[in-house]
Amino acid sequence: MSENGNLFLRNLAGFWKTFRQNKLGLAGGFLVLVAVLVAVFAPALTDYDPSDIIRDANNRALTFAPPEVHGILGTDDAGHDVWSQLVFGSRISLVVGFMAGFIAMFVGSALGIAAGYFGGAIDSLIMRITDVLLVIPDLPLMLVLVATIRQMELKISPLAVLIVVIGLLYWTSTARLIRSQTLTIKERQFVARARAIGAGHWHIIRKHILPQLMPLIVANTVLILSTAILIESGLAFLGLGDPTKPSWGTMLNFAFDRSAISNGAWWFYLPPGIAILWVSLGCILLGNVLEEMLNPRLAAHHLEGEAGMIAIADVESKG
Amino acid sequence: MNQTPMLEVRGLYKYFPVHQALADSLMRRPHSNVKAVDDVSFSLARGEVLAVVGESGCGKTTIARTLIGLEALTKGEIVFDGKLVNAHSQQPHIGLKQLRKRAQMIFQDPYESLNPRATIFEIVAEPLVVHGMIKDRKERVAAVKSALDDAGLRPAEDYFMRYPHELSGGQRQRVVIASAMVLQPELLIADEPVSMLDVSIRAEILNLLRDLRQKRGISIVFITHDLSTVAYFADRIAVMYLGRMVEIGPAREVLQNPQHPYTKALISVAPVPNPRLRRERVILQGETPNPINLPSGCRFHPRCPVAVDMCKENDPQLIELKQGHQAACLLVTKS
Ligand SMILES: Nc1ncnc2c1ncn2[C@@H]1O[C@H](COP(=O)(O)OP(=O)(O)OP(=O)(O)O)[C@@H](O)[C@H]1O
Ligand code: SF4
Ligand SMILES: [Mg+2]
Repeated sequence: MSENGNLFLRNLAGFWKTFRQNKLGLAGGFLVLVAVLVAVFAPALTDYDPSDIIRDANNRALTFAPPEVHGILGTDDAGHDVWSQLVFGSRISLVVGFMAGFIAMFVGSALGIAAGYFGGAIDSLIMRITDVLLVIPDLPLMLVLVATIRQMELKISPLAVLIVVIGLLYWTSTARLIRSQTLTIKERQFVARARAIGAGHWHIIRKHILPQLMPLIVANTVLILSTAILIESGLAFLGLGDPTKPSWGTMLNFAFDRSAISNGAWWFYLPPGIAILWVSLGCILLGNVLEEMLNPRLAAHHLEGEAGMIAIADVESKG
Repeated sequence: MNQTPMLEVRGLYKYFPVHQALADSLMRRPHSNVKAVDDVSFSLARGEVLAVVGESGCGKTTIARTLIGLEALTKGEIVFDGKLVNAHSQQPHIGLKQLRKRAQMIFQDPYESLNPRATIFEIVAEPLVVHGMIKDRKERVAAVKSALDDAGLRPAEDYFMRYPHELSGGQRQRVVIASAMVLQPELLIADEPVSMLDVSIRAEILNLLRDLRQKRGISIVFITHDLSTVAYFADRIAVMYLGRMVEIGPAREVLQNPQHPYTKALISVAPVPNPRLRRERVILQGETPNPINLPSGCRFHPRCPVAVDMCKENDPQLIELKQGHQAACLLVTKS
C-alpha cells in the first residue's frame, strides 16, 4: 500500500495546485469545512446545552426571546437557546447525512462495479432495481418506510433508521455512474493482461478496476452527501427526526409546529434553514468541481499538464 | 528432450456473432458471424519460435487471445503440453489458471497494457501474487529484480517505485516482458510486441526476446504483420489470410521459396535486407474482403494474381509439399 500512498500524495499535490485556482471549488470547500468544524467543536462554541431552559429574573422560561434579549440567536418557544441548538444540531445533521451518504456510496459503488464488471444476469437485475427505485418518488417512499419501521418499535435509534433508509435508497445514481465507468475500464488492455496472467475477478476488481474508479467515487460521494443532508432535513422537518436529538430539520419542524412564523421569531426558523442551505450548497459546489476535475468522462482539460488524480498522464503520453 | 509438442491447435474456429439489425431479425435472416479464425491447426515444438504473419484483420490477435483463454473458442481443441486446455474430458486436461502460469502473453500496445496506477514493482510482481508464488518478501524482491534485469531495465531498483507514464514505450514493453517472464513460463505468446514502438527500439526488444529464448529455451508464438521482423528469429513461419493459415513451413523455406501466391505477394513487397533476394513486386489488387461474407472457394481468389476458374468453387486445404512445408492453393502440388 505504501507504493499507492506515494502516488496518492504526489497526485494530491498536483490536484491541489489545480483545485486552488477554482474559486467555486474553494468556496464549496470553505462552506463544508466551516460546518464540519462547528460540529466538531460544538461544545466550545456555546455556553448552553440545547436542552437548558433559559429563565428570566423571575425564574420564568424566557420564550421567543429575540437575539437582542438573549444570546446570539435568542430562544425558542420553550426557552431553549437557539444558537446552541443550531451548533449541536450540526452534529446530528452532518452525522446522519455523512453516514447515509457513505452507505449510499458504498452500496452504489459495489453494485455498480458488480453490474459493470460481471454483466449478464447480475447487471440486468441490478439495473432493474435501479430503474424501479428511480421511478418511485423518493420522499414519499422514505416517509412510508421510516414511519413503518418506527411503528414496529424495534428499539432502533430513530437516527439509525433514517441513516439506513436514506443510505439504502440513495445509491442508484452512483451505481449507474460507476457501472458505466466500469464498463469502459473493463475493456482496457491492462485488465485483459491481468486476466491473461491468471488473476481472478476479485483481484482484478481490487487492483485494476477500483483504483481507476477511486477519484470518481470521491467526487460522487461529496455530491451524495449534499443529497443525504437535504433528505435528512426533509424527513426531520416532516417530523421523522429524533426529537431528543434535534437536527436542523427537526428545528425547522419545531419552529413550524410552534408557530414561530406567526410569532415573527425569525431567529428560530431562519438559522436552521440557512445552515441546511450552507452545507448542501458547499457539498454541491465542491462535488461538482471535484467531478469536473476527476471524472474522465467530462473534459479532462482542467488537469492538462498536471499530475492529476486520474491517470491522465498515460492518456497524454499516448497522444 | 521432451517430445510432446508445447502446443497443438486442432481445427480452431473463433466466430464473433454480428449484432443483427432489427429488420434482419424480423425477416428471420440467419445470424451472421465474423469468422475471425476459421479452421486453423498447427503445432509448436518445445523451444521453437513460430511466427504468425498476415495483414491487419486476418485474425492474428484473435488466435493469441483464444490461446490464452481470453476468448472462448467456437470450435476446436487447444492442447498444451499434451493436455487439453480448459476441457472437462476424460483425456488429460489443464485449467486456465494453470495454463496461465505456464504460458504468458505479450500484448501489442505497451501504452495500454500496464495499469497506470500500479508501480513497476507491483506490475512485475503481480503474476507471483496471483499464483501465490514466492511469498517471502525478500525473495520476491529478488525475483522482480532479476526479471527487470533480464528485461534490460537496469538498475532494476530504480524502476520499482515508478509508474508506467514515467517510462517510454520501449521501457514499458520491457516491463511487460519482465512481468511475463517472472513466472519462468514455458510458452510466450507475443502479439506484435514491437509494432507500436519506434523503429529504432524494435531491434532491441527483438534481441531481448531472442536472448530470453536462447537462455531459457522458451517456446514462442510470435505474431507480426511485418515479414522483415520474422526473418530475425523465427524457426517456422505461418502465413494467415482471412482467418486461415495458407502456408506454413520452415522460415528459410517460406521466405526463399514461397509457394502460396499470397505469401509470394507479401514477400515481394517486404523490405528484404539482401537485394539479391528481391523479386518482382506483386501488388495485390483490391481490399481484404470482410470476414463476415467470405469469398466462395479459395478465400484469396478475388485478389489472387494467378487465380483460375476452379478457385471460385474449391476451397483448398493445406497440403504437404516438402518436409514440413505446407500450402493451401489449388495450383500448388507436391513437387
Ligand atoms: N470482439 C470482437 N467482436 C467482433 N469482431 C471481432 C472481435 N475481435 C476481433 N474481431 C474481428 O475479427 C477479425 C480479426 O481481428 P484480429 O484483431 O484478430 O486481427 P489481427 O490480425 O490481429 O489484426 P491487426 O493486425 O490489426 O491487429 C477482424 O475482422 C475483427 O474486426
Ligand atoms: S487456389 Fe486459386 S485463388 Fe487461391 S491462391 Fe491458389 S491460385 Fe490463388
Ligand atoms: Mg492484432
